[in-house]
Amino acid sequence: MIKVEFLGPIGKAPMEMEAATLADVSAKLKEDSTLTQWLDKCAVALNDTMVNDLSTALKDGDRVSILPPVCGG
Amino acid sequence: MELYNGPLDTKEIFGRWLDEQAESNYGAYIPFVGTIRAEDDIEALSFDIYKPVLQQWFDAWQEKAKALGAVVKMAHSIGDVPVHTSSYVSAVFSPKRRVALELIDEFVEDFKANAPIWKYDVKNGERIYAADRSTPMCGSGLLA
Repeated sequence: MIKVEFLGPIGKAPMEMEAATLADVSAKLKEDSTLTQWLDKCAVALNDTMVNDLSTALKDGDRVSILPPVCGG
Repeated sequence: MELYNGPLDTKEIFGRWLDEQAESNYGAYIPFVGTIRAEDDIEALSFDIYKPVLQQWFDAWQEKAKALGAVVKMAHSIGDVPVHTSSYVSAVFSPKRRVALELIDEFVEDFKANAPIWKYDVKNGERIYAADRSTPMCGSGLLA
């Protein structure tokens, strides 16, 4: 199982799921209509490191963070 | 990197940074202050921060500055920051002015684009995500 957490204004409780790669996470999250407006503008971190490759392999206990558009300062 | 609940004590922070580097032989010290403007009837801005990724972003900038013989500093607020107070300060120290002038520009712009911080307007006590002023981080859309 891996855990997916939604940061900042997304306001959604964390989800747990079986996923071998980030592509699997993408497929599962696309099934959730509350995330439709977010996924195309969100970045992704795996265990707090930013990632850019859908084929990134996941292992049990991994934590995937979904980061919506930012505006510091 | 320093994070505080509520508005920043900018004079204390800038004074302390100056004292800390007093003997470091830097010829230039360029501070930047971000102050909350009164506009659109807001009472305050409010901020969420994801510290683990922010720390990595800042550590990478420290390495970049170090390679140029410079030092970058920053402090940011968490939670509500009333109008006419400050939520963000940063600074660059460098041996000569040119490096510091260029780095403060790049550092503040990259901060706006890639630091994992979320801004909300506070109106009538309600937090409203500043969606139209926010920027997708580098690599966004991976899961879409």
